[in-house]
Amino acid sequence: MADGPAALEAPVAEAAAGAPFVRVEGVSKKFGTFLAVDDVSFDIARGEIFSLLGGSGCGKTTLLRMLAGFEEPTKGRIHIDGRDVTDVPPYERPVNMMFQSYALFPHMSVEKNIAYGLKHEPLSRGERADRVAEMLELVQLQDYGGRKPHQISGGQRQRVALARALARAPKLLLLDEPLAALDKKLREHTQFELMSIQEQTGVTFIVVTHDQEEAMTLSSRMAVMEKGRIRQIGTATDIYEYPQNRFVADFIGSINLFEGQVRAVSGGVAQVEVEELGQVSVTAEGEVAAGQPVTLALRPEKLSLSRTEPEAQNRVAGTVESLAYFGKDSLYRIRLASGRVVSANAPNARRGGEGQWVADWEDDVWLSFAPSSAILLVE
Amino acid sequence: MKHRPWFLYTMVVFGLAFFYVPILSMIVYSFNASRLATVWGGWSTKWYGELFQNEQVLEAAILSLKIAVVSATAATVLGTLAGFALARVKRFRGRTLFSGLVTAPLVMPEVITGIASLMLFILMAQWIGWPQRRGFSTITIAHITFSLVFVATIIRARLLSMDRDIEEAAVDLGSRPWQVMWDVTLPVISPAILAGWLLAFTISLDDVVITNFTTGPGNTTLPILIWSKVKLGVTPDINALATITVCIVGLGVVVAGLLLNRAEKRRQKDEAMAYQENR
Amino acid sequence: MAAITDPLEDEASRRRRLGRWFHRQGYMQGIIAIPYIWLVAWFLVPFLIIFAMSVATRTPTAPPFGFGGENPLLNWSHYERLFTDSLYIRAYLTSLVNAVAATALCLVIGYPIALGIARASRSWRSILLMLVILPFWTSFLLRVYAWIGLMGTNSWFNEMLTAVWNGLVPQAWELAYVPLMNTNAAVILVTIYSYLPFMILPLYANLERLDLTLDEAAMDLGSRPMRVFWDITLPQSVPGIIAGGMLVFIPACGEFIIPNLVGSASRPMIGAVINDEFAYARDWPMASTVAVALLFLLVVPLMVYTWAEQRAEDKARAREQEG
Repeated sequence: MADGPAALEAPVAEAAAGAPFVRVEGVSKKFGTFLAVDDVSFDIARGEIFSLLGGSGCGKTTLLRMLAGFEEPTKGRIHIDGRDVTDVPPYERPVNMMFQSYALFPHMSVEKNIAYGLKHEPLSRGERADRVAEMLELVQLQDYGGRKPHQISGGQRQRVALARALARAPKLLLLDEPLAALDKKLREHTQFELMSIQEQTGVTFIVVTHDQEEAMTLSSRMAVMEKGRIRQIGTATDIYEYPQNRFVADFIGSINLFEGQVRAVSGGVAQVEVEELGQVSVTAEGEVAAGQPVTLALRPEKLSLSRTEPEAQNRVAGTVESLAYFGKDSLYRIRLASGRVVSANAPNARRGGEGQWVADWEDDVWLSFAPSSAILLVE
Repeated sequence: MKHRPWFLYTMVVFGLAFFYVPILSMIVYSFNASRLATVWGGWSTKWYGELFQNEQVLEAAILSLKIAVVSATAATVLGTLAGFALARVKRFRGRTLFSGLVTAPLVMPEVITGIASLMLFILMAQWIGWPQRRGFSTITIAHITFSLVFVATIIRARLLSMDRDIEEAAVDLGSRPWQVMWDVTLPVISPAILAGWLLAFTISLDDVVITNFTTGPGNTTLPILIWSKVKLGVTPDINALATITVCIVGLGVVVAGLLLNRAEKRRQKDEAMAYQENR
Repeated sequence: MAAITDPLEDEASRRRRLGRWFHRQGYMQGIIAIPYIWLVAWFLVPFLIIFAMSVATRTPTAPPFGFGGENPLLNWSHYERLFTDSLYIRAYLTSLVNAVAATALCLVIGYPIALGIARASRSWRSILLMLVILPFWTSFLLRVYAWIGLMGTNSWFNEMLTAVWNGLVPQAWELAYVPLMNTNAAVILVTIYSYLPFMILPLYANLERLDLTLDEAAMDLGSRPMRVFWDITLPQSVPGIIAGGMLVFIPACGEFIIPNLVGSASRPMIGAVINDEFAYARDWPMASTVAVALLFLLVVPLMVYTWAEQRAEDKARAREQEG
């Protein structure tokens, strides 16, 4: 194995400054006639936690398996740390994977599991044992080395899988739905543990997940995928606040979408005619022209609720159809005059006392929003 | 109020009685002092004593065991390979024929398999001069062929139900394909391999029809010996022989069952403990 | 390596790359070849010999057949005899009747047993299951033998049956003993005894997986237990019934030992006819022809079985892929 010894040493910045650490270039994967991954390209920098986010069947797992070497791209190249690994079999790639099922060897103890990848490295017995001990410490399982996988809990298995994948000090760690098998409480805790381990080791992580909150908390950047294509790449803020298309806007969080047409554009503000809202003014970031059909996207929490008609330019009247109380905030479903129902979030900033108005069922209310709160989507 | 299906429970009891009464009756009559197998003449263990001095029976038993061990071992190796081919190789030349060859012996009437093998052996003796005498080797070949398909079926099912992720994990951790096989696949399916061996062993030890056609003079296995005696009627010494066989097999199965049960219980307990510890 | 411009890249380089990755090609060729060659040599070749032999001509030579030369290359006369000689037709009918009767009775007896085990408490289930499997592990021959002891004219079992019979029927019909040995009824009885576990096990595997909340839902909607059985349990257990039925029917059709030991010599089954033609009449071609005919008898149920299996497997795979 050519890369083994090198992979064990801490990665040194031998690549030219600015060159991406992982480069995926026009990769496609066909299964028979089904196009699982369709012309995907992206770059990842060293030390990033990068998420591939999407629903089931969007191609994220296939993409991950191509990075690991289990599937071959039908088209395109994959480079890791400046080397083209497209034709390198999985056992020679400086990449390790944490499987969704953890894939622990059931007949080996925790220690043996972690040591398994090290037997292909030119290490002495003592060095190997040290490395295993180091890994056990990293995931805080020092006392569990002798146990078999079925003798430890789900959360502990997850950590063993992580330790095993990290033992060979890969340049790139792939995590397939790393938290999916854990219950909710454990998931939150483990999320932060993963991030701290990433920080300690400096290994680049690529995480596949269907859980947007997980992607947002964990990753520095993420790619949202649909039907084998990447629909947007960016930080959590980019994706949430500035979605580039209807799919991403709709997929991440909840959102109200309206069809409309641009009437006029001036000074970075577009006047948009929307059937349900009338004419509204919206900050236009991209290129929009008068007469263009657009989608107006409004996050529920960007809508303000008031009893009396507000001063704001963008406003519309409606009736509270239902409300759901969540503790820290409430979700209102408001029926507009057109019959359209809109969702709006309002924080429960105060405990409802005397004189404090809180919207209730059947109340007539006004909704308003700032021009910069709405998102214009042309796609 | 919970409805209890008494009719079903009664049927289970009757069913078990149907299974065990003939065997128990046979065991009781093996201690019959009378030479007339169906007339009770008091308790005696003399038939057992006679059995152990009967060299014909002992020789037949040894031959049967030899054939069973050799054929079960060969059938396990070949059957495991066949199981791998069926479970893991999606496309190869002649796959349809191969899967047919692995299924057909399961349903082929033994008389046909036996006669077909005998014809082949006779024709081979004529054309290539082997086998000159039928016996250990011809019986073993027929048994291997017959039982390897059972092993293949077990191994194939186990491989299909196996978690492929662990093999990929081993590849991911740097192992070459053949290493994955030794380190992960074979250890994980080893209980199925053992089960296959035991089944092949039992099938070989029990076989009458195919052995009957592929054996030659002077090579009598235990089932063939019993068969030829039984054709002449019930005798107390066969009762004794049957009782010994049933007891050995019964004991073996019960012990294996208890061991498996205990391992399963221990596993469940471990899992429950691991779960609680981490709460 | 040149940049790939087409998704349908050239075959050779694709193959080379595929070859590196184990579950696709490579050393698997060797794994396939060894059992393949073995099965071709010791199963397929004898099987083809049977087919070839069925159109050969019987000769007084050793081995006793001729093929071509002075004999006709294809001699179909044995197939003609199959349909004209009452010996073969009767043997067929006997085999078919015995196998159908044994299968039907196994289903009637085995179904409630399988259901009873499936509905028993968890700890009982494994014990009962082991008790059903246990006789299956003991020697087949000895299980047949045990019944010979029971069915004999002056055995306790026969005496008991005789007493019951004589108590039930008018005096004119009274018997000294019940004639069981060397009858067709004995063949059916012992076949049921030998193959009942093959019916119970697939049925149990099927019934044990059924979702009991469906039964509760049906009861909740007003069905009585019997109705629940007809409407809910029975339709869902059809795959188990098919599997169990095939596992009993197929070996019962070609059964050789049981009729040989407890059956009537005047009503042979096909297996005995094949053996007699071969061993006593030394008529290899005729024995082979009857064997081919027996195989045809098994082809239809086999095709049903394979089809049902395939469907179940496809369903399972589809479910797996969805999950």
